Amino acid sequence: MQAPKWLNIERRPIPSGNTIFTVSILAIVAALVVAAIFFASYGISPFRAYGAILRGALGSWSGFSETLRRMIPLLLCGVGLTVAFRALFWNIGADGQLLLGTVAATWVALFSGLPDPLLLPVMFLAGFAAGALWGLIPAILKVKMGINDVITTLMMNYIAIYIVLYLIHGPWKGPSMRGFAYTDMFPQAARLPTIGHTHVHWPTLLMGLLIALLAYIMLNRTRTGFEIRVVGENPHAARYAGISEFKTVVTVMLISGGLAGFAGVGEVAGVHLRLLDPIQISMGYGYTAIIVAWLARKNPLGVIITSFFFGVLMAGGDVIKVNLGLPFQLINVFNGLIMFFLIGSEIFMRYKVTLRRR
Amino acid sequence: MVSSSSAHGTEMKTRTPAAEYAIELRGIVKRFPGVVANDGVNLKIRRGEIHCLLGENGAGKTTLMRILYGLYQPDEGEILLNGVPTKIHSPRDALTHRIGMVHQHFRLVPTLTVEENVILGLDEGTGPFLNLRKVRAKIQKIADAYGLPVDSQAKVWQLSVGQQQRVEIIKALYRDADILIMDEPTSVLTPQEVEQLFSTLRTLVNDGLTIIFITHKLDEVMEVSDRVTVLRKGRVVDTHPTAETDKATLARLMVGREVVFRLEKNPLHRGERLLEVTDLHALNDRGLPALRGVSFDLYEGEILGVAGVSGNGQKELAEVLTGLRRATRGRITLAGKDFTNRSAREIADMGVAHVPTERKMMGTVPNMSIKENLILKTYRKPPFSRGLFVDYHRAKENAKRLMQEYQILAPSEETAVKLLSGGNIQRVVLARELSGDPRLIIAAHPTYGLDVGATEQVRQILLEQRDRGAGVLLISEDLEEVMTLSDRIMVMFSGEVMGIVDAEGAKMEEIGLMMAGEKREEVKSASTEVA
Repeated sequence: MQAPKWLNIERRPIPSGNTIFTVSILAIVAALVVAAIFFASYGISPFRAYGAILRGALGSWSGFSETLRRMIPLLLCGVGLTVAFRALFWNIGADGQLLLGTVAATWVALFSGLPDPLLLPVMFLAGFAAGALWGLIPAILKVKMGINDVITTLMMNYIAIYIVLYLIHGPWKGPSMRGFAYTDMFPQAARLPTIGHTHVHWPTLLMGLLIALLAYIMLNRTRTGFEIRVVGENPHAARYAGISEFKTVVTVMLISGGLAGFAGVGEVAGVHLRLLDPIQISMGYGYTAIIVAWLARKNPLGVIITSFFFGVLMAGGDVIKVNLGLPFQLINVFNGLIMFFLIGSEIFMRYKVTLRRR
Repeated sequence: MVSSSSAHGTEMKTRTPAAEYAIELRGIVKRFPGVVANDGVNLKIRRGEIHCLLGENGAGKTTLMRILYGLYQPDEGEILLNGVPTKIHSPRDALTHRIGMVHQHFRLVPTLTVEENVILGLDEGTGPFLNLRKVRAKIQKIADAYGLPVDSQAKVWQLSVGQQQRVEIIKALYRDADILIMDEPTSVLTPQEVEQLFSTLRTLVNDGLTIIFITHKLDEVMEVSDRVTVLRKGRVVDTHPTAETDKATLARLMVGREVVFRLEKNPLHRGERLLEVTDLHALNDRGLPALRGVSFDLYEGEILGVAGVSGNGQKELAEVLTGLRRATRGRITLAGKDFTNRSAREIADMGVAHVPTERKMMGTVPNMSIKENLILKTYRKPPFSRGLFVDYHRAKENAKRLMQEYQILAPSEETAVKLLSGGNIQRVVLARELSGDPRLIIAAHPTYGLDVGATEQVRQILLEQRDRGAGVLLISEDLEEVMTLSDRIMVMFSGEVMGIVDAEGAKMEEIGLMMAGEKREEVKSASTEVA
């Protein structure tokens, strides 16, 4: 790498907490600045746009509830991803794992014939199991056959999408839906309680917060967490210490996939109340959760904050669509920019960059 | 300003001004969080000399040279090149000032050829095309002039370590370096390669180059340098003409106290037969035979040294014995119990400790704390494991105790191992591996890259373990180390045991011949023939 003449670049041993925080904030600010250009290109003042996002997502109870609703799947997927990333398993497949969770929950809700009180608990269990199973396949492929985890997890998202599409267009198409590609509505007992008339299915939110805490304790205090961190930090040392990579990777992917599955259950049982088009269900939660986990620096507790932040952005996306007539996709541009600057900013954590004094 | 550049009064415009000192460093200070790596360093390097920079790990040698090479900026102080104050902002800057550096760990692209590596980053040729013929000719010229034979069309991964180092030197010379910084250049070489390197360095100096040679090996200083500067804890202790000093003085300056070169070794108390290896076969990473019928015994209370040029199966032997590599044939028993091809964890649980060659790559988790590294193998057993949890309180007490016992120098037990010096990292590994009183210790290159003080301590520890009754398999390329520590010496060549001799009365030349592939019987008959 060749530095320009006016910069000094020096390696730094270990970035301090302060450095990490400052660099992360600056990356977000940089993304905000660049995104401003896009707003301007639509002829809308960036200040007005950001103001609208903030007011829309935080300024009223209905806006805030939208933020919380978006936060729930991001929180669950994000926590799962921190666990996988810690073991150096690049799970890009939370979206697919989430969808498998919706499929399992839908089956339990509509076709299992279980007594009412059992429906919701079993939906969560089945959702976890389905997501975990979806995550398990790439885990086994990686450890046993050396197949790249990024590619398998990513590709399995598409398989998941087509499974859902097949089900809603085919065998599970709801008779009461007048030809639309939905399943029937879930029975009352298979619906999660929400706060007031919002979409905030609070049991899932509570569960997410609790799981974030548990995941933090698991990673930092338990034997399994120790093994995950050793495998992630130095696989050679793990082998040397007799820690099984297979067991560890399988464990993290069961957790990571399972939590994404939970998120899926929450979406169908708390928001949509039926299985429908994958784009409408997930809106890329599984992908955004990658940024959520990364911005949290792979710390499950940090995910509580970063998932809220991205909840604001997504809720704000609805607002700028409705109030300013801008496409919702602008928010995806924004997500992309944040990820871009976050990864780009890694250099500032590993190197000290200063202006050259003449 | 320095006036010596005009002292000779030459009117001629030469590329190398005639200042007496090629380099002068004045009051260089470099701080890192928590450490002052260089603390007011003054150093003068004469044109055309080999100047050794001697110091223990962490003395600040490498930092100082990285400043000179433009990788770090000094916080204070200035650099004078040929008497002219100069700021060196980057390695590219350094190269324009004709300073080249050969790093301890080479900066080569393994999949590219030698000539491609040499011109990496240079603009050789016209437009988008490379003129490799011209490059090849220039490499050949350099190679011939300085005794650096190399096949310029070979891929770098095919070359031996010694040959790769030659490529690094050629790379610097190709860029017209006239000051060459060599960072611990001998640490990876065989004795023969070291000889060859030294003769190359002498040729270079005769040709007018200036060489800065970083090392912590006293023998090398005495053999190769004109002058030597000793660094300790970031400060210059002294600069001496090499001819006017000796090893003992330098060692004292470097360590700050008297150093014992002779180790006190108690008489051998051989116990029961501990390790029995029979007809062991294994493959290397490329699937080729690495061990071909290795058999030997190791007794309690004994150190069995394994000598040999690297790459003759020692690494694979250590890995098979510790469960990191499968044996394809043969049998290994510990006190009569077969443990062939058991898992690394099972073998460790049987009381086999492993001090691996790659202490950063394998022996530790660099980003984790000393505390956590010290329980890398015991975290799942009481007292460190409680239910599902790791008892970090116990781990902390354990770390505090071991840090004291093994003299691990670090700000606290929470310090990441990555931040420690090589010697301290090795102390962490030893503390962890030996604290459970293992029966068998497999120690691979335990003092590799360590400074005098740490080396002395590590050797002492191994001897203590032997006296305690442990069996020690000591794999080392340092023949002197093998000869001083071992009770018996086993020589390996090409995956086979060439012979096992008692260390007492073993002859260097006999071992040397076995290392070169002569079986012991042949060596014997050969030496009788000569006699």
